[in-house]
Amino acid sequence: MVGRGQTARALFLLLAMVVLAAVAVLSVAVGSKGIGFGTVLHELFHYDGSDDGVVIRSLRIPRTVLGLAVGAALGLAGALMQALTRNPLADPGILGVNAGAAAAVVMAIGVLHLQDPSSYVWFALLGAAVASVLVYVLGSRGRAAATPVRLALAGAAISAVLGAFISGLVLLDQNTFNDYRFWSVGALAGRPLSVLYQTGPFLLAGGLLALGLARPLNALALGDDLGRALGAHLLRTRALGVLAITLLCGAAVAAAGPIGFVGLTVPHMARSLTGPDQRWVLPYSMVLAPILLLGSDVVGRVIARPGEIEVGIVTAFVGAPVFILLARRRVAQL
Amino acid sequence: MTTTQLLPAARRPPRVLHNRSGRLAIRMDTRSCVVALGLLVAIVIVSAITLTTGDYHIPLLDVVRTIVGGGTATQHFIIETLRLPRLLTGLLVGAALGVGGAIFQSVSRNPLGSPDIVGFNTGSATGALLVILVWHGSMSQIAAGAVVGGVGTALVVYVLAIKRGVQGYRLILIGIGIAAMLSSVNSYLLTRADVTDAQAAAVWLTGSLNGRGWEQVRPITLALVVLLPAAAWLARNLRMLELGDDTARALGVSAERTRVTAVVVGVGLTAVATASAGPIAFIALSAPQVARRLTRVAGPNIAVSALTGAALLAASDLAAQRVFAPTQLPVGVATGAVGGLYLAWLLSREWRRGRG
Repeated sequence: MVGRGQTARALFLLLAMVVLAAVAVLSVAVGSKGIGFGTVLHELFHYDGSDDGVVIRSLRIPRTVLGLAVGAALGLAGALMQALTRNPLADPGILGVNAGAAAAVVMAIGVLHLQDPSSYVWFALLGAAVASVLVYVLGSRGRAAATPVRLALAGAAISAVLGAFISGLVLLDQNTFNDYRFWSVGALAGRPLSVLYQTGPFLLAGGLLALGLARPLNALALGDDLGRALGAHLLRTRALGVLAITLLCGAAVAAAGPIGFVGLTVPHMARSLTGPDQRWVLPYSMVLAPILLLGSDVVGRVIARPGEIEVGIVTAFVGAPVFILLARRRVAQL
Repeated sequence: MTTTQLLPAARRPPRVLHNRSGRLAIRMDTRSCVVALGLLVAIVIVSAITLTTGDYHIPLLDVVRTIVGGGTATQHFIIETLRLPRLLTGLLVGAALGVGGAIFQSVSRNPLGSPDIVGFNTGSATGALLVILVWHGSMSQIAAGAVVGGVGTALVVYVLAIKRGVQGYRLILIGIGIAAMLSSVNSYLLTRADVTDAQAAAVWLTGSLNGRGWEQVRPITLALVVLLPAAAWLARNLRMLELGDDTARALGVSAERTRVTAVVVGVGLTAVATASAGPIAFIALSAPQVARRLTRVAGPNIAVSALTGAALLAASDLAAQRVFAPTQLPVGVATGAVGGLYLAWLLSREWRRGRG
């Protein structure tokens, strides 16, 4: 697809959206209680209070909507991060955002003894924000700007400290450990819709900010000097980018727990379809990521009947082989 | 993004000592020697504090007397059975991790190419978790599971990375992929087990020196006696390889053979360390970087990396034992915190000076 016209890219994006809609319907229909597609469509528009209707309205739809929102956020955040750091390995995990959110949640569980997942939201957001600011401040020490390598190294250092803090708290207290091990897997099931209301505004703000950065990111991709010559504000673009990533990842982790691999894999897939233009990579990532996330969630419900495998585990198993294939094929371009 | 960007350049050429015929020549770098001496002093100080302090204070003179054969029965028990083997395990594991990390970073030509990232640690954790949670095995079976898991993972990563030779970047990327997959297996196993079992497993996963005795010291000493000279012998070829495959080949070094041997030695060192103490984070990543920045010499600094790893791990274990006493935190918690803070400080200092 690289080098093809705008029409082809737009058509392909439309096709991806159709696939996404199909996966979303599948996600409402499939589960330990299978519901026919006809019933799904009927219940969506004419709720009649039947058992199927209740399952759809109170369980499946919140779960699907959450998957759509979290997936889009993770995809966008991953693409943004890889563009910003010019680093194909960049991922919310690498810039310390997930670690920050997780550390704050552990503190909420272990020190403040909160047990309701919806109360983790604010902590996750705060933790993500603090961690990304720390990483950014550390990465921008000195006169030179925060280069990709610096940000990645700073992220590794901060993540390590936070990771140690998490294991320390978790290992000192069994109850904290017990709550944390279930939160840390990353799942879409059993999250109330209120979580989405809490995180929704942040996801929206982060998403809009990210999409607005596409053009300056294209200029940045040419290198700091050339980008500056083309009129891109390096500092402003980086700062806004970090803000968008924090909002998106913090809210996504708060809503579903740390879900790995979506942010790392999807932008690679998007780039292989569109080429390097961020004005296409960002929307593509936003559409492809929820396909991966919801698809994985459906697979997780099907393969372990009557139980379920959490989506965070499935995404790793779906995402890793794709990622490895990409790495084998396209390493020359990295 | 090659390593060269991250490294301060060597300032002056090293002095070369040779005998009259010129057959025997040793590269001598004064700065490296001073650094190595400083690290040795640091190790001695940390060891002295570790052996003397604790719930039961033993004066330094008594410690020395006990080690050479004197001392009371209590002192003998505390030093010979509890503190000394734990300290030695820590030093040896640290050295093994430091050298393993140096080799991996040299082969992948990237500071992030340490065993933690190439999937070794996660793989050994998966192996150990299966033994702990599914088969309820003993300590030595857990160690065996960890080695099998780690070596198996490293093999898979390496085989998947082969495509007209192995490229450093591909190795790291595929390592990250496999590690992410296995770490989700690990969290899955943890959520499906009984909470007490799961917590015991989590302690092991963090990496701990609690309760390590002579039965850990002996095998790791043996392994190091074989593997450290091998690593030192490989160092020269690896330094050539860092110049690029073509240059190395022109200098008479077989790129692929050196890389395979290096990975075998690196995996061996990491496997021994993991079997003894669990997957301790950050030593393999940070020790070679610290060593490089201290000595300002490029290439895998085998000796200095070993000393740095040993000093870091011994100091971390001391901190983990004392800071939250009487609670004994696993050393992995401290290595993460100490190593991470140190790396942050080091990076910040270098960047403020306008380097790197």
